Order: sequence, then structure tokens, then C-alpha cells
Amino acid sequence: MSVTDEILVSVKGVSRFYGDLCAVNNLSFDIHRGEVLGLLGPNGAGKSTAIQMITGNLAPSFGQITINGIDILDRPKKAKQYLGYLPEHPPVYKEFTVDEYLNFCAKLHHIKHGERQEAINIAKQRCNLNEVGKRLIGNLSKGFQQRVGIAQAIIHSPPVVILDEPTVGLDPIQIREIRSLIRELGKEHCVILSTHILPEVTTTCDKVFIINRGSIVLTETTEDLQKRMQSSSLFVGFNQAPEVKELHKFAGVDSVEMKKDGYFRIHHNPDIDPSEKIVLKSVEQGWRLIEIRPEQLSLEDVFVDITTEEHNPVNNDNVAEVAIS
Amino acid sequence: MIITIATRELRSLFLSPLAWSILAVVQFLMGYLFLGQLDLFLQIQSRLVAMNEAPGITEIVVTPIFANAAMILLLVIPLLTMRLISEEKRTQTLTLLLSAPVSITEIVLGKFIGIMFFILIMLLLIALMPLSLLAGGTLDYGMVASAFLALLLLLASFASAGLFMSTITNQPTIAAISTFGLLLLLWVIDWSADFAEAGTVISYLSLLNHYRPLLEGIFKSSDVIYYLLFIITFLTLSIRRLNADRLQY
Repeated sequence: MSVTDEILVSVKGVSRFYGDLCAVNNLSFDIHRGEVLGLLGPNGAGKSTAIQMITGNLAPSFGQITINGIDILDRPKKAKQYLGYLPEHPPVYKEFTVDEYLNFCAKLHHIKHGERQEAINIAKQRCNLNEVGKRLIGNLSKGFQQRVGIAQAIIHSPPVVILDEPTVGLDPIQIREIRSLIRELGKEHCVILSTHILPEVTTTCDKVFIINRGSIVLTETTEDLQKRMQSSSLFVGFNQAPEVKELHKFAGVDSVEMKKDGYFRIHHNPDIDPSEKIVLKSVEQGWRLIEIRPEQLSLEDVFVDITTEEHNPVNNDNVAEVAIS
Repeated sequence: MIITIATRELRSLFLSPLAWSILAVVQFLMGYLFLGQLDLFLQIQSRLVAMNEAPGITEIVVTPIFANAAMILLLVIPLLTMRLISEEKRTQTLTLLLSAPVSITEIVLGKFIGIMFFILIMLLLIALMPLSLLAGGTLDYGMVASAFLALLLLLASFASAGLFMSTITNQPTIAAISTFGLLLLLWVIDWSADFAEAGTVISYLSLLNHYRPLLEGIFKSSDVIYYLLFIITFLTLSIRRLNADRLQY
């Protein structure tokens, strides 16, 4: 990853109220060139509001947002040149063909006449739209419309690309293509991705923000998040199951849970993995081991843990402990 | 940028059956009225010859045609303007414009100019009918031009009010009915006997009062300024309204 020090999006102390309801509360973060940021959160967490503020569709109640160093409220036209945005519903004119639509978008983004056709071709190629250029957008399937929406967001190759749930309605092959496209975009640009689909975050993002009730409750790199998901328990099964106390004897084992006949869950000290010893001992003693696997917390577990925590402290360290335990 | 948005608007209009059917229906109605007026002229022609200072064909055919056109288009323009912004809000394509490097003023002006292109096409089609009289006679060009200008200004005012109503709601039909209500109110505002005398504020507000003199060939700059003010007011309101959607309340 070629993450540079160049800050492309900077959000400082941004809040937004709808009447008395605080949708986004004191949000602050920076995104650098070369980063793919995943924005996660349950429904109504404030993801969309945050994204709408970054793209200049909503004005924040407090705080400051700069895109490529330009304040989006002071000089919106200039700042928006650096943005490509795919909203939740692709903003396509259904009565236009794909080519006409992209041509209009290119004009909107001040792409010069001579360079327009090339920009359209590149965007179409990147989103695999070459065969449907002459078709009406309204007649295309949801997946194609979504891809037209993405093409629109990248047509002027903006430094900041913001995608709100880009893989909704796509088939698995397309999802894979779009994810690799996002990764590719992340190399030269910075991408903000909002999503409900948790595996998408682990496969495409460098950094993850989990938002709940308008505040960031977790900021982590994907690697750290994956480490966090490594849990400290083993699931083992034997044909000739030993006594529970036999299993307790292994170094590092904290507790053993008896599951259905012959299966156990062994909680151990995260630093001491007893699996190798268990396998050896099993052969020695003729326990006839049939299954052994480290149990991994899914991202869902981490997510649910964090977002359902009632008195969630913004302090990340506290949250981390809660999530692991 | 304004022109980009305007041409897209015009294209979208002509890609939907709405624009074509509106043009067809308006043209049919105007043609029927035109023939009726022409018939009347032919009937009384012999008597006109005997009169001193008799009204010409322009007064008898062209002026009533433009007067009727205003009434018909009062019903039609709200249908044209209703989807300008509200449809984009409903299908969420407005986001595309709002996140592109264009200002809200440019969006509103683009939309307005787009719809004015269409109105101009419709007006030219209507104007062709009186102009066809040139095949068999002469017209008072000054009067025709004045009537044409009057209708253009009137329709531009209708369109600006319709544009504003369209920014208020997500439902095109609501935009249409409120535009129609507003325009009709401004049309009949001084019909009540109390306000009938000229010079009151109420009678000044009436769209009709500023239309009639122009139609009869009396060019007063105050009438033209009234329409321009009307248009600017509603365009400004539209811009403010769209801005308010983003801001904090």
C-alpha cells in the first residue's frame, strides 16, 4: 500500500443535528492518499449523514470539512472537483443511454471536449460497461445501473472517491470485480466505502471506522481488526473422548466446555496455543482426534459487541477489551 | 455549465412522451381557436369595410389568439414545470448535480433555461398560425411582436413560479397543483369588485393586468419590469429553497 502523508479528506469536529436529534456527533478523522476507508455501522448510525456532509450535499452544524485542503463550505465548487460520489441509489437518468449519461456527467465535471471521449471509454472499461453503451439505462438490470453509477463517480478520476454501498444488487462475480476495482482505485486515490457487508471491509479496506449513534466507536486498520477476530478458543472433537480434567492439564488452558458427545471447546491463554500438544497427546493416548480448529470471531461478532455496548466509551482501548472478552 | 444542464433538461423532456403530447394538444386547441377566429373575421369582413377606423385582422384574429393561448398555457405550464426539481429529488438524481462542481444558482438557471427553450419552441409553433395570414394579407408587425413578447414574458413568469413550486416538494403532482393554484390566483386576484379599481396593490399584482396592455400593442416598460421582477423573485426563491435543504434548521 502506498499510503502517503498527503491528507485528502480532513474532517474536524463535525456534528449535524436534525432538529433535536444529533445524527453525527463530533466526528473527526483524516484520510490519506492511497487509503481505502471502510465505514461500518448499523442502520441509522449516521453513516449516510456523514457521507452527505463530506460530499457537500448537507452542511454540517458544526465543524469543518476539507477536501484536498479546500473547505467544502467556503469554496464548494472547487472542493467538489476532487470528489466522485456514488450515493445509495445510483443517480442515473433512466431515459438516457449509458453513453449519453456519461457524456453529461463528464461535462458536469468540466472535462474538456477533446478528453471527454477518452474519459468515458476508460470509465466504461473499468466498470465493464462496454457492451451496454448504447442501451437505455432504464432497461438495464440493477447491477448494471449500479456500475453506471460507479462509472459516473470515477469518470473525472477524482482524488477522493466516495461509494455508499457500492455492491448492493450485484451478483457475486460482479461484486468481486467491483472490489478489485475499489482496491485499484485505492492505490492512487483515496476511497471511502460505506457498507453493511462486513467481509467486504476485510477484503477491500485498509482502515475501518465503526460508527454508532453518530460517533466513531472504533478506528482500526484491517490487520488489527483481523487480529482482534482471532479468538482464544479451540474446538476439538474425539472419537474416544478423554475426561474433561485430562484436557485441563495442558499448559495455557483456562477452561473447558463440554459440548455434545466427544466435542469440547477449550479456552486458552492467547499467548499459548495448546493445539500441537493436544494432537500429540491424542495420538499417544488413543483419543482418536477427529477435529481440531481454532475458533475465529467473525467480524459480525466484533461489530455486534461494539455497537450493542450500551455505555460505549469513545475511548478505543476500553472498547477493545470489551470486544475481545 | 448552465447550458449543459439546460440541454439535458430539454433532451429529457423530448425523450418522454409528455413534451410531445403537450405540444400536440396545445397545437390542436390553438388551431381550432384560430380557425374559429378566422371564421369570425370572414363573416364580418364586409361590414368592416364600411366602417371608419375599422379594426384590422391583427386585432380580430391575432390578439384573441394570444389571449386564449395564455389561458390554455396557464393550465399546461404547471404540467411541464412540475417535474423539474421534484422528480430529481424523488429519483435522487439531484445528488448528482449537488455533488458535481456546479453551484445551486447554475442548477436553477440551467433548469429554467431548459424549460424556456421548450416554451420558445411551443410559442414559435403557435406564432406560425397568425403568421400564416401573411399569405393572404398584411399584419401589424408591431402588434404581433408586442403580443409575442407579452406571451413570452408571461410564460417565463409561469415557468419560474412552477420551478419554485417544484423545489418545495418531492411529488410532481403536488408541484403542479400548487403552481396552478398560485398562477390562477394571481390571474383572478383583482376580479373581486373591491379591488377592481386600477392603482391598488392587488390590481398591480395581477398577472392579467400587465398582460392585456402589451397584448393590445401598448408597450409600457413598467409591465415588462413587473414580469422580470416576478421571474427574478421566483428564481431567487428557488435557489434559496434548494440551499436551505442543505443547511441547518
